[in-house]
Order: sequence, then C-alpha cells, then structure tokens
Amino acid sequence: MEYSEKVMEHFMNPRNVGEIKDADGVGEVGNPVCGDLMTMYIRVKDDVITDIKFKTFGCGAAIATSSMVTELVKDKTIKEALSITNKDVVDELDGLPPIKMHCSLLAEEGIKAAIEDYRKRKDKKDSRNQRFEIEN
Amino acid sequence: MDNLIYLDHGSTTPTDQRVVEAMLPYFNKLYGNPSSIYSLARESKRAKEDAREEVAKLLNAKAEEIVFTSGGTEADNSAIKGIAFANKAKGNHIITSRIEHHAVLNTCKWLSGQGFTVSYIGVDKYGVLDLDELKGAITDKTILITIMHANNEVGVIEPLAEIARIAKDSGVCLHTDAVQTVGKIPVDVNVLGIDLLVLSGHKFYGPKGVGALYIRKGTKIASLLHGGYHEGNRRAGTENIPGIVGLGKVCKIAMEEREEDEKRVKALRDDLEERIAKKIDDIIVNGHPEMRLAGTLNICVKYIEGESMLLCLDHEGIAASSGSACTSASLEPSHVLTAMGIPAELAHGSLRFTLGRSNTKEDIDKVIEVLPPIVSKLRKMSPFGKG
Repeated sequence: MEYSEKVMEHFMNPRNVGEIKDADGVGEVGNPVCGDLMTMYIRVKDDVITDIKFKTFGCGAAIATSSMVTELVKDKTIKEALSITNKDVVDELDGLPPIKMHCSLLAEEGIKAAIEDYRKRKDKKDSRNQRFEIEN
Repeated sequence: MDNLIYLDHGSTTPTDQRVVEAMLPYFNKLYGNPSSIYSLARESKRAKEDAREEVAKLLNAKAEEIVFTSGGTEADNSAIKGIAFANKAKGNHIITSRIEHHAVLNTCKWLSGQGFTVSYIGVDKYGVLDLDELKGAITDKTILITIMHANNEVGVIEPLAEIARIAKDSGVCLHTDAVQTVGKIPVDVNVLGIDLLVLSGHKFYGPKGVGALYIRKGTKIASLLHGGYHEGNRRAGTENIPGIVGLGKVCKIAMEEREEDEKRVKALRDDLEERIAKKIDDIIVNGHPEMRLAGTLNICVKYIEGESMLLCLDHEGIAASSGSACTSASLEPSHVLTAMGIPAELAHGSLRFTLGRSNTKEDIDKVIEVLPPIVSKLRKMSPFGKG
C-alpha cells in the first residue's frame, strides 16, 4: 500500500488542526473501535464557513482527508460545502488506496455533521428569537 | 536505505552475507536437479542432505524427520491439513489458540468448512495460553493441538512443554508454529515433546521462500502437494536447492551465534523499553514481562493510531510495525491484542519493535529522540483531549 505524495504532504503538515472554542457547528463522526474518529468545528458567518478546524484519531489517510476537506470547504457557502463529496477529497489528494476509501467518506460525513449541527443550533436560536419577538 | 534503522525483524530479516555466499553456486554452477543421476545432480543432492542435517541438529531431530517446504505458511498448511486428513477415521476435532498466525488460523478456519470442528483457546492478559481451557477442550474426537511457540506480535513464549504433556496424556498429536523462535531461543523437539514443528528461513537471517516441517517419526500424516517422489514422498516438487542450502547454513550459524545474539538484543530491547516508558506517558507494554522473545517490544500508545505513528517513524528512517487495522487489509485491529483483552481503540494504537542482529545502541537513541515528538504531535491532533 502506498500513499500519494499529496496524501503524505497533508499528513505530515495537516492544515487547520485544532478546535474552535465557541464553534457554530461541531460534527463528530467515526468510531475509535474501528480506528478512526473525526471532529470538525466550523464558524459560519452570513452562510459562509469562515473558519474550520479538525481533530482526528486515525491513520495517515484519515488525517490527510481531514486536512484536505477543511481546505476545500473553507470560505465556501454552506450550499457549496454540502456539494463536496468524498470523491472530490480523494481526487484532490491524487487518489487513496482502495482500503482507505472509507476515510474520505468520513471526511465528507464530518463536514455534513458539522453543518447539520450548525443548522440545528440556528433553528433553535431562530425559533427562540421568534418567540422572543412575539412575547415582546 | 543506507541510514535505515530496521526494527521489524519479526516480519523478516536481511539474509546473512555468509548465507548468500553459500547459496550462490547453486544458482548457476551447481544447478543440477537432485532427482537426476549424473554427478552434477549428485552434488545438489549432497548439498540438500547436508542442509537437512544442519536443520535437524538445530532442533535435536533426526535428518529424516525434516521436510523442506516453501516457507512457514506451506509448512503450517501441510502439518495441519496433513494430520486432519490422515486421521479422519479417528476424529474431526482440532484445537488451536486465538492468537495464532493467520497461516494457522485460516487453515483451521478452512478445515471447519470441510467437516472438522475447531476450538480456539483463549489467553490471559499476557498472551499466555489458558491451560485449563485447553485440557477441558480435549475430546475423544480431538486429533490435533496446534499452538504457536512464540507469538509474532507480542513475543510471548507459550508453555509448550506443559502443553505437550497435556497432549501426550490424551494421545493427541501436537503441532507448533515455531517460526518466531527457531534460531532465537533453544528449540529442542525432544525436550519440548513436539510431534510437528514449523520453521521459516527468512525469520532468522536465512533466505525467503524456504522453510521446513519437522515430522516426528511414526506420525501419520497426508501430503499436501502431490506429484513426484521428492522429500521421501512427503512434499512433491523439485527442491529449491539454493534456498535449502541457505537454510542449512543459517541453522549452522544459529547453533554457534544464537546465544550471544539473544543476550545483546535483549539488552537493547530492555533499554528501549525502559526509556520509552520514561519518556512517553500513557503507554502500555504488551506481552509477558519475562516469557517474551528477547527482541520484541510491543506497546499501545493511548489516544493515537498505529499507522500514523509508523508513517512518521518511516519519515525519520525507522521501520517498525503495528497491530492497527490500518496496517492490514482488514478493518479489525490485531486479533492477538484483542484476545489479550486489550480494547479495540487501544489495539489500534499499538506499535511493535522487533530488534535484531544489526541493531545498535545508536538505533535505540534515535528512536528515543524521534518517537516522543511524534507521539505528542499526533496527540495534539487527536480528539481524545490529550495535548
């Protein structure tokens, strides 16, 4: 099994590692029992992902796909971010060994989970605001 | 590769230069087929029988009890299937352990689809076989017990002599996969009381593609390969003479140098173990503290995954291995660590160093210099709140 240079480059120098303290959305996917766990933090302003950070427990491919997907969605609108697939991540990394394809799926799911969390929080906030407006 | 620090001797070893030189004439100068009649062929035959003597000597066996094979996997298949098929009338039950190499495990698994039943005996937290469970598993249908001499992942050495007594008391044949021990610790088939034993050349500085199966005289066994009348009609196929010569040579070297090697390697391994434990928090050393191969150090590094550590070590020119799922073709972590009761998420973070003849104190210093920063870098990336 061999990784592309791009995978190794992202693995050795991952972008956007860390946490966002008061993130607008957090997505956690994977399972440590299966050997990978990915947490994605996003900050959203005017429907644009202005900042993103990740923390990943996993193999080289899991870390490289995490890093790549954060680059792909940063400064994109929510809609654009949702249209990014695992295939886009793999293509940008110049391919992944077949048994590592699930890592790229995890990266796609991580972003989707963070966006879903963001939307849930937003809906809650919106309905709270609405209620607040009605009550006043 | 000049600066490579090779710490994966459990996987394979470089062929000893003396072995390479012994083999060379048998490729294109003394290339005769030992089954032929002319003098060139007789030369090959003599070399083959000399090698058989050397292998037998190392095991304290008789030369005629040694059958050359293409390696450990073929020898394990031959032993297990051979005993199973030859003793069908007697029974259909095989006993093995949960920590065997796949050459044994998957052979047993295949047989369980062929009308045989297999019991997989558990191990304790150190990887030592549960002897009571073994005793309890034997039935009047049991025809074979197959337990490895030492485990390839954690290096635990199984109490084979005791297992042999249990097998003998029940009149059951005992096979052992000894590819990790032959050439490293004393392996005497009579002291241990083994009926069948497997060794592999490339695990102890011999060439790849050659191994041997020891079959105690009088053992009823069927052949795996059918064809010509080679190896006393026990293994068909023109013999791999260069490989066999190499195996003979490496057995001779092991007789002379094994003890010295073991002492030196153990000192290095102990040093590595001690310093890693001092420098890195939250690690677990796997395997038995004493009953362990001299060169093996297997650790679980909490909060991070094995393959990513291996990639970083490789970047620093250090070759090691892991029981993480990500380093194999499956998604399951090491069956050995799991059988020892280690949780899957920890097993994914295992790291195996297997030291050998070429290693020096400088190699250990280098590992101690680069591993702690690798671990802390990966832990900073990990969502488990460390770092």
